[in-house]
Amino acid sequence: MDLLSGVPRGQKIEQGGVAFGRRGHMHPILRTVLQRLGLGLLTLFIVSLVIFSLIEMLPGNFAKRILGQAATPETVAAFEKEIGLDKPAHIRYVTWVGNVVQGDFGASFASRVGYKRQVSDLITPRLKNTLFLASLTALIAVPLAIGLGILAALYRNSPFDRIVNSVTLTTISMPEFFMAYILMLFLAVKLQMFPSLASVDADTPLWERIYRCALPALTLTLVIVAHMMRMTRAAIINLLASPYIEMARLKGISKSRVILHHALPNAWAPIVNVIAFNLAYLVVGVVIVEAVFTYPGIGQLMVDAVRTKDMPVVQACALIFAATYILLNLIADIISISTNPRLLHPR
Amino acid sequence: MANDNMKQPQREKGSVLLEMRGLKIEGESDDVWHPIIKGIDLTLRRGEVLGLIGESGAGKSTLGIAAMGFVRPGCRFTGGSIVFDGMDLIAASDEAKRKLRGSRIAYVAQSAAAAFNPAHRLIDQTIETETQHGIRDEKTAVADAQDLYGRLRLPNPTTIGARYPHQVSGGQLQRVMTAMAMTCRPDLIIFDEPTTALDVTTQVEVLASIRSIVEQFNTAAIYITHDLAVVAQMAHRIMVLRYGNLVEEAPTREMLSAPKQEYTKSLWAVRGLAKPESPNEDAILSIEHVDAAYGNAVKILDDVSVRIPRGRTVAVVGESGSGKSTLARVVTGLLPPSRGQVVFNGAALPPALKNRDKELLRRIQMIYQSPDTALNPRHRIYDVIGRPLQFYHGLSGAKLEKRIIELLEMIELNESYIDRLPSEISGGQKQRVCIARALAAEPELIICDEVTSALDQIVQEEILKLLLRLQAEFDISYMFITHDIATVRAIADEIVVMNQGKVVQQGPKTEVLSPPYPAYTELLLSSVPEMDPDWLTNLLAKRKVANQ
Repeated sequence: MDLLSGVPRGQKIEQGGVAFGRRGHMHPILRTVLQRLGLGLLTLFIVSLVIFSLIEMLPGNFAKRILGQAATPETVAAFEKEIGLDKPAHIRYVTWVGNVVQGDFGASFASRVGYKRQVSDLITPRLKNTLFLASLTALIAVPLAIGLGILAALYRNSPFDRIVNSVTLTTISMPEFFMAYILMLFLAVKLQMFPSLASVDADTPLWERIYRCALPALTLTLVIVAHMMRMTRAAIINLLASPYIEMARLKGISKSRVILHHALPNAWAPIVNVIAFNLAYLVVGVVIVEAVFTYPGIGQLMVDAVRTKDMPVVQACALIFAATYILLNLIADIISISTNPRLLHPR
Repeated sequence: MANDNMKQPQREKGSVLLEMRGLKIEGESDDVWHPIIKGIDLTLRRGEVLGLIGESGAGKSTLGIAAMGFVRPGCRFTGGSIVFDGMDLIAASDEAKRKLRGSRIAYVAQSAAAAFNPAHRLIDQTIETETQHGIRDEKTAVADAQDLYGRLRLPNPTTIGARYPHQVSGGQLQRVMTAMAMTCRPDLIIFDEPTTALDVTTQVEVLASIRSIVEQFNTAAIYITHDLAVVAQMAHRIMVLRYGNLVEEAPTREMLSAPKQEYTKSLWAVRGLAKPESPNEDAILSIEHVDAAYGNAVKILDDVSVRIPRGRTVAVVGESGSGKSTLARVVTGLLPPSRGQVVFNGAALPPALKNRDKELLRRIQMIYQSPDTALNPRHRIYDVIGRPLQFYHGLSGAKLEKRIIELLEMIELNESYIDRLPSEISGGQKQRVCIARALAAEPELIICDEVTSALDQIVQEEILKLLLRLQAEFDISYMFITHDIATVRAIADEIVVMNQGKVVQQGPKTEVLSPPYPAYTELLLSSVPEMDPDWLTNLLAKRKVANQ
């Protein structure tokens, strides 16, 4: 930014330079990370505003919808008072954000007198399930995608490259539910290797959990591998025309070392960004796969909440999704910055 | 040296090391194969340095790396033979060639900054060839590399290797790359324009380092360059290439004293061009006590004052980092100065671009170093030249087209060029189009930022002549930024010498270019290579005496 603003302020700058000299000693990566973190929080704040306003703009009366058509105006008013809907929007927004900052997502609209259901109690187990499935998928898909991408770059334009490319392209092109049913048909029904339904609860032991999640994890892997693999391949191939790669070849360095040692370390930034994007998808975009395998994840919870107009739950889910995106992109940014030797080792 | 005994056994001088016969290489573009090297014979003996010289597109780089049995992607061998020490490099397997590369034939690339992997430390890249070819273990390789760093006169030879490429200067990188090429004590090193990207003062040091180390190890070398004066210092024998053909071949001294072909003679072209200076008291632009900096960083310009007479050319010379391009940014308003002012036609210019009105913008135009990046590849010449005509003069329709054709005629292109894309014309023609674009605004001052640096000698001469003609016709003033002294002689009325953000000297051309010189001007002028093959030797001797 300073570069663009120019320096019309003369003397002041030099004094500032001395006064803020210490800031210059902070490692540039740390400074960038802090900047990004601040930006991330700001984004999250804006997102919270957007979510809240959008929900405010939805037509219809929540209390009436929840209580049913038969409810009298008095009961509706009483209910509105109970859940705080009688207050003006900006007050409710401030209360909501204030509570969220303290970790309290409020009570679900489905609460009744004497039977209070906290949003966080609803979300926590579902979120754990979703994160478990996402991690399991990521553990399979990320190494697989990077490995295939590297091999495809190494043997580019070979039959191997073409097959990997077309297979992954096929899997990404098929609708998720279709992929899910095909896998279910072959692996669960015909071969009976895995259960077709991924019903887990809090008490399911780890191995059992992995076993039951195998099919949804496999489905999601097939969906996301192509994107990451193709980016890995493209990022590496993109660098192969660089003078330093030609130099490595002219030094008589072997093909595989040229790819792994000379191209890959410089290709992380785009690869990591695509990985982050796909991991975020694993958290926020898997509702269809959850539905097919009846997996109790957060996506289903949100869809149910939308259907029942349980707005506190919808708001909380949306905020969590936004935070996931922001966090993963933040991590990706940090990784791509820290693989840049210019920033890691300043002059 | 402990490692001298690991040199290849037979090193007698004079036996043939590399022999090419009728070599042909083709390159592919748009699915059509066209010849790049059209049947060249080349013989190189052990310990001999062969200079390959020619303009861009002459095929000298392609020929150079062909000596390693390598063609760039999109190229292929189509005929002839390359025999290196008894081994046919075209027929050899990839694996056999790979073993040869780096260990027996090494390569030093043009841009060291691009040829080093940004992700690894210099020492790791230096010793990679040895350790990967299994020639030495890491520890002895490191010790040897540090010894080579020392021989190439790099500062702190034991610790510089721990740095990353971006942490050292261009001249140092080029020397590290030479050390990297030398690690396996190859029989042959290909130097591909190793000093082209360097400043003249740095170039002298790198040339001296390369020459001494090649002599120490009696290494044969192919030295590729477009600069005849540089090759004169380095090579025993010179081959002149053009369009993939051999134009002329002779021992260096013979070639310099009596070039036979017209084309060879024309390679000197710009050096012969000189414009008589004519003073003018009326200043169109004066830069008064300007300081400038980027962000909070150190000052790039420090109390710079420059005066540009109307209808004349002021050449701003200096090395990279001297602040000459920053000065152009201050004048154009891209970088408002932190102190001082710029006076144009008697009135102070608003410091920032956004505060200048259209009329002011029109009167100061700029031409850039690289026409490839200064032209939008998707804009036809019509759009490129038409845009300022619409913007500044509100022309349209037939009037617009007529004016574009006039401008094309001014830059000596005919109207058939009007519908072409930048990719369909040559580098020199692109630079002409950039000139026409600047002219379209009908400016009073044109800032030329290294406009001839990316061009070949002959094209440089044509562009300079065009600029001079336009100056005479339209009374345009030029602020001509360059690092090339030959260009300065050709075009300048006055010279401003800059170093580290300060003006070292300024005045009429003849005054600046004749003694007595301030120390920096002396260093700059004495570092410009001359055709004399003894120039480097004499210069180094002179500087050695001066230092004692």
